[in-house]
Amino acid sequence: MPEYMRFMVRRLIQSLLIIVGIVIVNFVVLHLAPGDMADVMAGLDGGGDANFTQELRKQYGLDQPLYVQFVGYIQHLMVFDFGYSFTRNMPVLDAILDRLPATLLLMGVAILLAFVVGVILGMIAGSHAGKPLDTVISLLALLGYATPLFWLGLLLILLFTIHLGWLPSGGMKTIGLRGSLVDQWLDVAKHLILPAVTLAVFYLAIFVRLMRASVIEVMGQDYIRTARAKGMKNISIYLKHVCANALLPVLTMLGLQIGGMLGGSVVIETIFSWPGLGRLTYDAIFSRDVTLLLGILFFSSVCVVVTNLIVDLLYNWIDPRIGLK
Amino acid sequence: MNISRRNFVLTTGAITVLSALGLQSPAVFAQSSVPVKGGTIRIFLSDPTVLVSAISSAGQTALISPKLFDGLVEYDNDMVPHPRMATSVKLSDDARTLTIVLREGLKWHDGQPITSADVAFSALEVWKKFHSRGRSTYASLESVDTPDELTSVFHFSKPSAFVMNALFASEAQVIPKHIYQGSDILKNPANTAPIGSGPFRFVEWKQGEYILLEKNPHYWAKDEPYADQIVVLLVQDSSARALAFEAQEVDAAGGMPVSMADARRLARLPYIEIPTTGNEAYGNNHFVEVNLRRPYLQDVRVRQALLHAIDRDFMLKNVYFGFGTAATGPIPVTMKTFYSPEVPTYGYDPQKAMALLDEAGFKPDAKGKRLSLTIDPLPLGDIYSAAAAYMKQALAAVGVDLTIRSADIATYYRRIYGDYDYDLTFAGASALTDPTIGVQRFFWSKNIIPGVPFSNGSGYSNPEMDAILEQAAAEPNPQKRIELFNKFQTLAATDLPILPIADAPYFAVRNKRLKNAEVSPFGFGGSFSNAYIEG
Repeated sequence: MPEYMRFMVRRLIQSLLIIVGIVIVNFVVLHLAPGDMADVMAGLDGGGDANFTQELRKQYGLDQPLYVQFVGYIQHLMVFDFGYSFTRNMPVLDAILDRLPATLLLMGVAILLAFVVGVILGMIAGSHAGKPLDTVISLLALLGYATPLFWLGLLLILLFTIHLGWLPSGGMKTIGLRGSLVDQWLDVAKHLILPAVTLAVFYLAIFVRLMRASVIEVMGQDYIRTARAKGMKNISIYLKHVCANALLPVLTMLGLQIGGMLGGSVVIETIFSWPGLGRLTYDAIFSRDVTLLLGILFFSSVCVVVTNLIVDLLYNWIDPRIGLK
Repeated sequence: MNISRRNFVLTTGAITVLSALGLQSPAVFAQSSVPVKGGTIRIFLSDPTVLVSAISSAGQTALISPKLFDGLVEYDNDMVPHPRMATSVKLSDDARTLTIVLREGLKWHDGQPITSADVAFSALEVWKKFHSRGRSTYASLESVDTPDELTSVFHFSKPSAFVMNALFASEAQVIPKHIYQGSDILKNPANTAPIGSGPFRFVEWKQGEYILLEKNPHYWAKDEPYADQIVVLLVQDSSARALAFEAQEVDAAGGMPVSMADARRLARLPYIEIPTTGNEAYGNNHFVEVNLRRPYLQDVRVRQALLHAIDRDFMLKNVYFGFGTAATGPIPVTMKTFYSPEVPTYGYDPQKAMALLDEAGFKPDAKGKRLSLTIDPLPLGDIYSAAAAYMKQALAAVGVDLTIRSADIATYYRRIYGDYDYDLTFAGASALTDPTIGVQRFFWSKNIIPGVPFSNGSGYSNPEMDAILEQAAAEPNPQKRIELFNKFQTLAATDLPILPIADAPYFAVRNKRLKNAEVSPFGFGGSFSNAYIEG
C-alpha cells in the first residue's frame, strides 16, 4: 500500500502542476488573438457610437491590464468560481454543466460502440491476417477514417430522415413530449442513434487498426504456440490469451479518447444540433468569450489528467510487469 | 410613397373606420383565409444572447423579441405606422415633441399594468443608454413627461423626424420598469427569461437546444394569437436546416436561414415557399468599402474602375442564385420612400475600367499587372466569401491582382474598424427603416470612431456630405428630407467611398402550411400574432 500511496501523491502533485500550467498557457494564448469580446458583441449589435465598445469592455472587465485580469481569474479559480459568461448570460459553471450530460452521453456511447465493435472486428482481422476477410475489414476501417464526418452525417440524415423517415434530423429530444420516463429515454435514444453512429465510425477505424496490429503481434508470441501445441481450442486461445494481451495498447487509445471526451465533437454537434461542449467551445472561441473558454479548457484538462491516472493504475492491474513509476 | 402628413394620428375613430372596411383591427393586413386556432409554430434561430431587443440590436434577438414584446406601432408595407400598444403617436411640427398614448388595459405577462411610466423608463434608461442605435436616435432626448397613466410626451432638444420610423417592436421596445428599475440592466435575469407584453410569453430556454414560447392568454387583441406555442429550434448549421425543411420538421425561418443554393433547391419542393415580401425593413445592402487612407485608392478613377470591372448581373445570377438586384447606392431599393435611381451608375465595362486605371497612372507591367489589392470578406455566412472569389477573377481580367484574406469575426472587426488595416472589404449592412439610422453611419465623418464595428470604416470625410446628412437628420419636413437624401445618393455615387454591389434582402424560407407569417416589412421579425398553421 505505501507504494500506491507514494505513487498517488506524486501523481496528484504532478497533475496539479500540469493543470496550473495549462491554465497559464491557455490564458496567454487566448489573449494573443486579435479582437476581443467587446468587438464581437458590438458587431452583433451592428455598431454603436464612440463609447459603446469601450463601455462594453468596462462591463466585461476587459479594460484592465492583462496581469490584473489573470490574477483575478486565479483568485476566483481557487474558490471554484469560474466567472460569468457574457455571451451566454449565465455563470460559466452553469453553462458547462448544462451541456455536460449531453456531451457525456454522445461521446460515451460513440466511444463505447467504437471500442466494442472495433475490438471484435480487429480480432477477426488480426486472426485472419493477409486473408480476404482481413482486407475487407481493413478497407472498411480506412473508409471510415477517411470519410469527412459532416458529409457522412448529412448523408445519413438524407437516408434515415428524408427518405425513410425513421429518425429525426437533429436535436436531443422532441420538445413538448409528454410521457413516462421510459418514453423520454426512448426519445433521446432515437435522437442519439445517428450522431453516435456517425461519430463511432471515425473512432472505430482507429480501434480496428490498433487491435489488428496488436493481435498479429501477440499471435506471434511463444506462449500462443505453446497453447496451440498442447491442444487448446482456437476459441479458447483467442478469448483467454490473445484478447487480454492484445488489449493493452487499445486500452491506451481508449484512455486517450475518454480523456478527450469533454472536447466533444464540433462537427457532429453542429450537424445534428446536439447541445454539447464541442459547439460551446467553438462558439466561445469565435465570440472571444475567454472566461467561458478557460472554464471549458480547465474541465477538459482535469478530465484528461484524471483519466490518464486511472489508465496507469489499470495498466498496473492488468499487467503487473509494468509496475507503478 | 410621399409622406404627406406629418402627424400620424391614430385615433379610435380611425380604427373603427378600418374595422368597418372589413379590415380586422389591429391586423390591418390582408389575411389569406380563415385562421385555425391552436397548433405549434416551429422556427429556426441561431443562438441569440438575450431575448430583449431593448438592450441589444443583434439580428437574431430582433427576430424573436417582437413575439414577446409588443411594439408601440406596427408598420405596413408603405412604412405607415398602425396602432399596436400605442393608439396614437403624434410628432409636433418642429419635430421636437413626440406624444405617445397607450392603449387602455394593457398588462405585462406577470399581470402588472403597462403604463406611461414604463415607456418613460425604457426611453430614458434603456434605449438612450444601451441600444447601439438608440444611443444616436435618442441622443437628443432630454426628458419624458407622463401627464397621465397612458400618455408619454418626449422632449427632444433637436428636431428628430426620423424617430417616427424607429418605433417598431425591436427598435423602441418598452420593457417593464418594475422588473428593471434599480437593477443592473445588462445582467438582469429577465433578459434571458423576459416578462413581456406580446402575444407569446416565455416558457423556457434550453441553451443550445430550443426556446419555448406559449400563447399569452391575456393578450389585448381578441382571438390573437392563433397559435398555441412557438418552438424556436436553435440550429446553426445551414445544411442541417435545409434537411429539416425538407423533412418538414420546421415551419419557417428568416434572415437567410439556408445557403442561397439550398434555398433555390427547397423552393422547388411543393410544400416550401420563399416569400417575396416581408423583408423590406431589413433591406440588406452589399457593398465594397474602400479604405481611403491607402494612397493608391484615393483617386476616384481607381474606384470607378473597380466598379466597372465587376459584372453584377453575372454575380446575381451565379453567386446570389437570383436573389437580389444590382444596387445603385447605399440606400436599397426596398426603402421605397427614400430610394432614388437617378444617380451616376457604373455598368460592366472592363475596357473602360482599364482606361481609367491607365489615366490614374496604373499602367500594366510586363505580366499585365497594374495594382495589387487585398479584400476581406465579412465572415458572416458564405455569401461574402463567394462574392470575393468572383471579384478576384473579374479584377484579374483588368490587371488588378486581388488577394482574399480570411479571418474570423473578431479579427475582422479589429482589422477593418479597429486598426483600419485593409484595402477593400466586402460586407453587407441593413439600411433599416430610415437612412439616418442605418446609412448615415458609413458616410458621416463624425462617425469615424476606431473600435466600433459598422462605423465609418473607409475614412470618408467630405464636408459637403456631412452638411447634407446633418441637415437631413435635423429636418422636420418629410418632403425636404427626401430631397436631401436624393442629393446624398448622388454624392455617394460620385465620390464612391463605398462601391454598391447588390441589394440582397434577408430572404425567408417557409413551409406553405404556415400562414400570415410575413404581414409587415419585418416579416419573420414580426409578432406572429395572427400567424397560424393550416391543416
